[in-house]
Amino acid sequence: MRNSSSILKVRNLLKTFGAVVAAKDINVDISQGEIVGIIGANGAGKTCFVNMVTGYLAPTEGSIKFEGAELVGLGTRKITHAGISRSFQVSQVFHSMTVSENLMIALAIANNRGADALGLMDTPDLRSKLDEVLKRYKLEPQKDATVSALAQGVRKLLDIAMAVVSKPRILLLDEPTSGISVEEKFDFMDIVMGALKEDGVTVLFVEHDMEIVERYVSRVLAFYQGEIIADMPPKDALADKKVQEFVIGKEHHKKKK
Amino acid sequence: MFNDRTAKFLLLAALVICVGGAFAPNWIVNQFMFGFSRALAILGLMVLWRTGLVSFGHAFYFGLGAYAVAILDSKLGVSDVFLRLLAGAVVAGVAGFLIGFIMRNYRDIFFAMLNTAISMVLFGIVVKTESLGSTDGFAISASTIFGLAPETKYPLFVIITLVGLTAALAVNFYLKTTFGKLTTAIRDNEIRVEYLGFSVAHAIHLKYTISTILAGGAGALMAMSLGQVDPESMINWTVSGELVFVTILSGPGNVIAPFIGSLVFEVLRTYAFELAPQAWQLIMGATFLTIIFFLPGGIWSLIEKLGGKKNEK
Amino acid sequence: MEAALTILLDGLQFSSYLFIVSAGLTIIFGVMKILNVAHGSFYAWGAYTAAFFIGKFSDMGLPDALGFLIIVAAAIVVGVILGFIIEQGILKHMYERDEVLIVLATFGLFLVLEDIILIAFGTDPYFAYQPMALLDSVELGGITRDVYGMTLIGVAAVVAVGCWWLLNKTKWGTLLKAVIFDREMGISMGINVPLVYTLTFIGGAILGGLGGAYIAPTISVAPGLGTEVIVLSFAVVVVGGMGSIAGAAIGSLIIGILRAIAVHELPQVELFVVFAVMAIVLVFRPEGLFAPAKPRKI
Repeated sequence: MRNSSSILKVRNLLKTFGAVVAAKDINVDISQGEIVGIIGANGAGKTCFVNMVTGYLAPTEGSIKFEGAELVGLGTRKITHAGISRSFQVSQVFHSMTVSENLMIALAIANNRGADALGLMDTPDLRSKLDEVLKRYKLEPQKDATVSALAQGVRKLLDIAMAVVSKPRILLLDEPTSGISVEEKFDFMDIVMGALKEDGVTVLFVEHDMEIVERYVSRVLAFYQGEIIADMPPKDALADKKVQEFVIGKEHHKKKK
Repeated sequence: MFNDRTAKFLLLAALVICVGGAFAPNWIVNQFMFGFSRALAILGLMVLWRTGLVSFGHAFYFGLGAYAVAILDSKLGVSDVFLRLLAGAVVAGVAGFLIGFIMRNYRDIFFAMLNTAISMVLFGIVVKTESLGSTDGFAISASTIFGLAPETKYPLFVIITLVGLTAALAVNFYLKTTFGKLTTAIRDNEIRVEYLGFSVAHAIHLKYTISTILAGGAGALMAMSLGQVDPESMINWTVSGELVFVTILSGPGNVIAPFIGSLVFEVLRTYAFELAPQAWQLIMGATFLTIIFFLPGGIWSLIEKLGGKKNEK
Repeated sequence: MEAALTILLDGLQFSSYLFIVSAGLTIIFGVMKILNVAHGSFYAWGAYTAAFFIGKFSDMGLPDALGFLIIVAAAIVVGVILGFIIEQGILKHMYERDEVLIVLATFGLFLVLEDIILIAFGTDPYFAYQPMALLDSVELGGITRDVYGMTLIGVAAVVAVGCWWLLNKTKWGTLLKAVIFDREMGISMGINVPLVYTLTFIGGAILGGLGGAYIAPTISVAPGLGTEVIVLSFAVVVVGGMGSIAGAAIGSLIIGILRAIAVHELPQVELFVVFAVMAIVLVFRPEGLFAPAKPRKI
């Protein structure tokens, strides 16, 4: 889908590690407000794609433009400043601190730029923002709990909440529900997607669970061996022969057992 | 800046100590001078330690500060206490700022080792240079305050206490800013901090520079308190080791900790030397191991436990 | 010409004892990821033990040649006893903790062991010149050299060959290399890693002790012996690459020869030059010149 209202334009992305081709011929346009699901077997290039868009990995070739500005070569920090955030497959949080402290740091970094960083961090303004986030993500009951003592699901919620406080325009979630029990997945995603919808954030998330994909996305990108083999609405994607063979086929076989 | 418990305690303690010092015997005044001088360096190392960084070479900056005073004295005849202190802090701080550009890209054992290497380079230079006093070092003339030469050590003692107070209050404030709060966050998860949008390299550079300024100031004060400088007790890697020991002994919990830890160290050393000169290192080493195994939060964590930490917020 | 030969031989001798000590340090670091500050204590204890017994045996009228046996015995006894006590008593309980904290613990151990030497042996220096006197001196290319000092080079060569053979030609060596490369994989492959750790530490300690024991007849064994050697062997290990014996050899040679040149030509830079090289290597190639490859974790 090529669209003149697209905010993220990825062109001819290539990533090689020596002889290994991790990503090839990646061409994608993402529009404001879209919710996109990224599917594919393990090692298909999904996380590599997320790493490149967020600046953790530099593509070997190609360009990634966000609202016209080139992202390649900027690094994670500048890309975050530009308005793109991400969450992590294994939650990356500050394990010796409480949930509130984690969020306060995220909020402080997002709000206290430049010389402000030398001012007091714990201000009433930041505190009210903290309360808002805790409420939105239903983290209030655990707000004073130390992260290392928390369950996986809460940690992932925190991980995502931290990525959101900088008010990104694009958010990439890397396997948000992995490690969360089947019964809790939908509640989890309801909380997350509900909060994100309120802010009109464009979301791309990597996901293995097709039910989750079907329920929340308007568009699917299917990866296989480093290339995008399908780019279409979820119903079409799940019915597509290539997707069935190289992505879902394996998963459905697992499920049927 | 003054409305938290720590700040209030610091102000009160400084007052009590300054007043008490006027009546205390000389040996107590000396302990406090040496202890508080060293505490300045520990304050800086504490900030680094909270960030997950241990320098095994801060004697470099400590030594720079001390020798800056000595050279200023012997070559330029500068005797003013404040000029000397400023010189020590500035020389060390500039060096630390420049070296910080490289240092901020290192972690763990490499950070520790690079600092050691640099400090031993200075040690090697001073030890072999006659004009710098070589292994004997040299004496420093008494410090003057606004042109007046004091009769006793008391004025210097007060100045050192006030410098310590100022540094403690400043670091206490720093630790409440966004920059300062990033110490434990960086230690826990550097990648996340970058992803949230903050430059870890910048943060570490700032902390490193702060620690070098403090270490330089500490060296200057120590030189003035002792009245002499020498490389073996100020620049050698064993001195860096001592600084690390006191940092761990004190614990990272609060800016008050370095002062308590440094005093304990001073008292311990004096008595150990009197009772059993052959056992000082043994005591230090055994204490080190005990803290690492049984009290990783240092003396401060003990104080917190005994005081029964009440939740203010 | 004579000056050059003197520098070369001085350098080789210095490199030799540095290598023997540093080989132990680097192997401990490579296998256990511990930068053992207490290594200086093994050196000091080896020196004191050897010096003490050489003196005693000499007083008892026993033949001076026994001195060589004492040196080897001292190294083994020091390495086994101290190494075992330290590894089982302290280090074993710290393997899960931060590597810098472990280094600090070894620093604490170093301090303790230094004072125990003072308590056990006193503060007066020991002179155990007998083995050196026994071998006399020889004329070489116009200069006079102690034969004993040259045997040091031989011992270092034997240690080097021995380490190479152990690592590359024996089953043990393969196990060691596996654990160096990836401890987790080693465990999951059924290697008894705790045993490997203990034996490695003892082996490294023996080498540290051997360096001290062998050098004892050539110096005055006095307090503070361990302090200087630690930073020098750190420099060697940093330059050569932590965990690489070949690196320790090259590092020792570089530092030994550099120092010999400095001592003879420009004494002011003797200490400075060693640490300047260490700093330069850390800045431009922090892994060292020969660091073993590390597996990518993610």
